[in-house]
Amino acid sequence: MSNIGSYDERRKDFDWGQAREELAYDDAPTKNIAYFLAERNCERGLGDKVALIWENAAGDATERFTFDELRRYSNAYAKLLRGLGVEPGERVCIFMDKIPDLYFSFVGILKAGAIAQPLFSAFREDSLFTRLENAETTAVLTTKRLAGRVRHIRDKLPALKHLIIVDAGDAEPREGETHFDVHAVGPVEEFDIYPADEETPSVLHYTSGTTGAPKGALHVHGSLVAQYITAKWVLDIRDDDVYWCTADPGWVTGTSYGIIGPWALGATQLVLELGFMPERWYAAIEKYKVTVWYSAPTAIRLLMKEGADIVGRHDLSSLRHLVSVGEPLNPEAVIWSEEVYGLPFHDSFWQTETGSIVISNYPGMRIKPGSMGKPFPGMEAAVLNPKDFQPVKAGTAGLLALRPGWPAMFRQYWRNEETYNSKFVDGWYICGDRATVDEDGYYWFVGRDDDVINTGGHLVGPFEIESALLEHPAVAESAAVGKPDPVNLEVVKAFVALKPGYEPSDKTKLDIINFVRKKLSPIAMPQEIEFMDGMPKTRSGKIMRRLLKARETGEEIGDTSTLEDD
Amino acid sequence: MADEIKDKIREYVVDEYVEEGEEIEVKDDTPLITGGLVDSFSMVSLKLFLETEYNIKIPDERATAEAFDTLNAIAALVREYKDA
Repeated sequence: MSNIGSYDERRKDFDWGQAREELAYDDAPTKNIAYFLAERNCERGLGDKVALIWENAAGDATERFTFDELRRYSNAYAKLLRGLGVEPGERVCIFMDKIPDLYFSFVGILKAGAIAQPLFSAFREDSLFTRLENAETTAVLTTKRLAGRVRHIRDKLPALKHLIIVDAGDAEPREGETHFDVHAVGPVEEFDIYPADEETPSVLHYTSGTTGAPKGALHVHGSLVAQYITAKWVLDIRDDDVYWCTADPGWVTGTSYGIIGPWALGATQLVLELGFMPERWYAAIEKYKVTVWYSAPTAIRLLMKEGADIVGRHDLSSLRHLVSVGEPLNPEAVIWSEEVYGLPFHDSFWQTETGSIVISNYPGMRIKPGSMGKPFPGMEAAVLNPKDFQPVKAGTAGLLALRPGWPAMFRQYWRNEETYNSKFVDGWYICGDRATVDEDGYYWFVGRDDDVINTGGHLVGPFEIESALLEHPAVAESAAVGKPDPVNLEVVKAFVALKPGYEPSDKTKLDIINFVRKKLSPIAMPQEIEFMDGMPKTRSGKIMRRLLKARETGEEIGDTSTLEDD
Repeated sequence: MADEIKDKIREYVVDEYVEEGEEIEVKDDTPLITGGLVDSFSMVSLKLFLETEYNIKIPDERATAEAFDTLNAIAALVREYKDA
């Protein structure tokens, strides 16, 4: 029997008070998330249980850390920050690959009462700068490999007081920098955890929009209630599980379900420093006897491409429950996983803003392959008509919307009230996705309602890419769109008009691609460039990105005169 | 004897992917993808470099993480298409 039991029964009588009761939330000495991940597990007698199994990128070293070690190492990070004078509410960025320090420091930042701001380690200077500047981040925790990117932009970040390098060994720190080796410092037995309440800010994750710079979605410590119960009911995590979330904590999945939810349940988690690599992934499932696997459609589709033979070379019999997130999971992938692993992947839907899973396929509930599933108990979803924001009838596409009120919902875009307010209409939170709902109450993803590009589960804003493209000396005009892709859902495609004197060539393409990669990140880097003599524009001179996108998707754009008036 | 193909690719990898100040020696068998130096998204730029530099076309299905993981593997792939 799954943790959720019957979805239909849960849906009838659920209220968030049940989740609070299960978590013994109201009796806890603090609402600080960190307490629930570390101290409380030790109090429950799980101190000696393995919290983290970590394998290095090369695959030749494994380390295991117990919940008591998590408690004491996170204390060490919290003590460091407090010692440096980092005040509660200050933003502390974690800019690391998936190493144990990332996980210890995340918990430590929360213990110190600061706001954790994890950033993906593939971000380059411009992407980093935008996010650190906007958040007025006061400290960055990073590694030797990545520190140079922060140094390059530090002069432009007046709020940034501390650059802390966590793997520098005995080397002498540069001026204005701090070296911290948690293993050399050793575990810290006691730390006075910041007394957070449910509305105390906890985590700041940046997400992209169609226009303007990325926005920081701010979450609070009270999010734990939703992350706990969704990890229990959707991911079906149990006491004896080895749980593996393949997401990087630079993205919200990697914190909500790669740190908070599973550890609040006292589960053992596997972390591989390595990114996607089929052979190594299967070997890890076999070696560490992974039981619950939370991954992304892009990875699943790549595994499909690798075929079933490689699966046959590994003993994957430990697997018990598979869940997917990041972009819609195509029906073929659900059917394939059932054939090859003997288990279907359960698609789940949520966003950086929602903080926890909001629509999903649940263990025990009939899966309709290709569907996002049904709303989590206690949550109300709808598909709205974009004109009057009234619910549409079954089968009609419209705007996917959620009724706010669940604990993990974001509380603001960092200092951007106008954009935050624009996400709400008539008491609904508008997700930015188009969907349909069928007669049985299953939701089906149709597409984004904006120009944001979803590539491999990562959202990328076209504005950021176009701005970077325009900084290249050869580029006169540019437009970035999501081009449909069988593996990544979409890939970034850039249309570029060159300045006089520059000729279209593969060499120019490569130069532009690498230019964007080094300014922003490999994710934002165009995977394809098409040279144009000029861009289609509106009468006011704005590039008609949607027309270019329609060309890629084969969508009928019809009369463009309305677009021209835009 | 020096291998011109490997040296050319090595130069490109060091220029494009090794961080400034990072002390990484890219040897013939240094794992580029599994070692975290080149991520899966960046493989597109590495592939385009090889195609531009050697005037070849590498099919997408051959541009796998395994095929791009070391200079040895990449050079073998380049030779296969260069000689074809």
